[in-house]
Amino acid sequence: MSQDPLNSPEHELFRETVRRFTEEELRPRAREFDEMGRFDTSLFKKMGDLGMLGLRYDPKYGGAGLDWSYSAVMFEELGRADNAGVTMGISVHTDMATPSLAEFGSEELKQQFLVPSIAGDMLSAIAVTEPDAGSDVSGIRTRAVRDGDEWVINGSKIYITNAATADWLCLLAVTNPDAGYGGFTQIIVPTDAPGFRYELLDKIGNWGSDTGQLFFEDVRVPVANTIGEIGRGFQQQMMQFQDERLVACVSAIAGSSMLWEETRSWAEERILFGKPLSKMQNTQFKMVELYTQLTAAKELVNTCVRKRVAGEDATNLITMAKLFCGGVCRRVADECIQFHGGYGYMKESMAGRAFVDSRLISIGGGSDETMLFYMAKQLGF
Amino acid sequence: MKILVCLKQVPHQDARLDIDGAGTWIKEDGIKFEINSYDTFALEEALRIKDAGEAEVVVVSIGPDRVTQALRTALGMGADRAIHVKDAEIDGSDTLGIAKVLAAVAKEESPDLVLMGLMSDDGNASAVPPMMAELMGVPSATAVMKATPEGDGYRCERELEGGALEVVDLAKPCLIAVQSGLNQVRYASLKGIMAAKKKPMDTKSAGDLGLSGVVGAAGAKAQIEKIYAPVRGEGAEIIEGSTDEVVTQLVGKIKELGLL
Repeated sequence: MSQDPLNSPEHELFRETVRRFTEEELRPRAREFDEMGRFDTSLFKKMGDLGMLGLRYDPKYGGAGLDWSYSAVMFEELGRADNAGVTMGISVHTDMATPSLAEFGSEELKQQFLVPSIAGDMLSAIAVTEPDAGSDVSGIRTRAVRDGDEWVINGSKIYITNAATADWLCLLAVTNPDAGYGGFTQIIVPTDAPGFRYELLDKIGNWGSDTGQLFFEDVRVPVANTIGEIGRGFQQQMMQFQDERLVACVSAIAGSSMLWEETRSWAEERILFGKPLSKMQNTQFKMVELYTQLTAAKELVNTCVRKRVAGEDATNLITMAKLFCGGVCRRVADECIQFHGGYGYMKESMAGRAFVDSRLISIGGGSDETMLFYMAKQLGF
Repeated sequence: MKILVCLKQVPHQDARLDIDGAGTWIKEDGIKFEINSYDTFALEEALRIKDAGEAEVVVVSIGPDRVTQALRTALGMGADRAIHVKDAEIDGSDTLGIAKVLAAVAKEESPDLVLMGLMSDDGNASAVPPMMAELMGVPSATAVMKATPEGDGYRCERELEGGALEVVDLAKPCLIAVQSGLNQVRYASLKGIMAAKKKPMDTKSAGDLGLSGVVGAAGAKAQIEKIYAPVRGEGAEIIEGSTDEVVTQLVGKIKELGLL
């Protein structure tokens, strides 16, 4: 029998390493990160040393030169950190803000920003969404106007993960308002550039990540900070979104699976009317239904990963996976709260946190409606 | 300098354990395994000695195919080569049988130092290290909290009851069985994991080690009669009230039982 491309001995060893890292460094401090409203960024250096921050990137820049299957392993385990915000902050760095730089960036830009990002010396954020442009990316207004060898940037971005901790941003800006989809450009903006500032936002969930609004007032960066071609930013960003969506699915389903396991243990311990909650048929039926949904979601996600590993186009499947996983995670969280009763409504309960955390899956990285709109077109409606 | 590190693979600490049909072990199907936690500290200690100078670290484990995962992890962490002792004839060995197998490997390898955990997370016998040392004819120390090079051997600080420490000097070759927590165990980095693919792993049978017919269930002096989950007790009395009331009642109960 041929080797499963997602399950070689090396995958298992890497899974063991990430699992240990998650169990020893992240899960014990999960509530501390919530209190901090951010991740302990010193752990990025440790992750860099372990090779976790550049799995698919060229070894020339410190990456491991591996395929998507290793990303899947990593986020299956990080998804069990008991802190969706932390997992999101890490994934923004590894799979949302850096892919375009790795794919299209100049050698100088890669040396300056990608190498330290893979090493864990720099943290990145992706700056696309604006107050008036969310899933409709083409509606963004932040402008970058060329002045000699510099871009002069003005505008605002909102709901940006790693807003306070990022060292640089992968910014999508309008560089030619008359060129339609050919008028956008991806530009690297260091967060210590004069004229840049941020304000943190207070979210209902994902407390372990620093989400904020960014402001650009005559921020000047070299034109050499352009990622890829001027005017190709929209297309490059769309490609980058595919990784973002798949990573979100992997970690979300892993987190929901952990919640299912925790709820099962709770149901086995909880005595109601003289017998464990788990011995009641309603509990068993609902738990099996949730398990079925989670299994279906996992298989769909694994199919996406296998396609990515094989180098095949997985856009449609990833779009449907994002749509499906969001629904599954929300349902799992909702039902698990019910099993926990009053305790499930407490902020300290895993089910309670999952209830607010999972709501984001159907919004971030393109809303459910964006996925539906895209798939409707693909199906010829 | 050659260091032999003995690793046991045990069920993962979070695994759901069910007793098998014979009632003498757990069902191993579908559960995850990991390196015995005590042994990870031994491995880390060996790797630190290697990092500090010239040393070859050889890891050995006994068991079915699944134990190659433990050996690969050790190679990924920095061990140089691995020995997998795999033979159905060894199944059912008692601690002395396991010690014989490990001592036979040690005889072939002639290490300057053998490192292993004080005990295993699953068996909890703490028997193999001293037995192995006796079979090898080398000095040993167990429950070692700290080992530092001293002359031609190691000065070991052993943990005793009540938090006391005992200092013993061992001349090389020797065997050190470590207590948990004596170091911070490193992770296997991705680079290390990929490098491990090229590191050698030998497989040996009982026959290869000259132990055919000597180890296994037939030669075991101790056999597992049964394993079972503790039966939940009944009749516990909960004493309630203020601290003073609870203490007074508790002392009364103890006196009632004639224990005071």
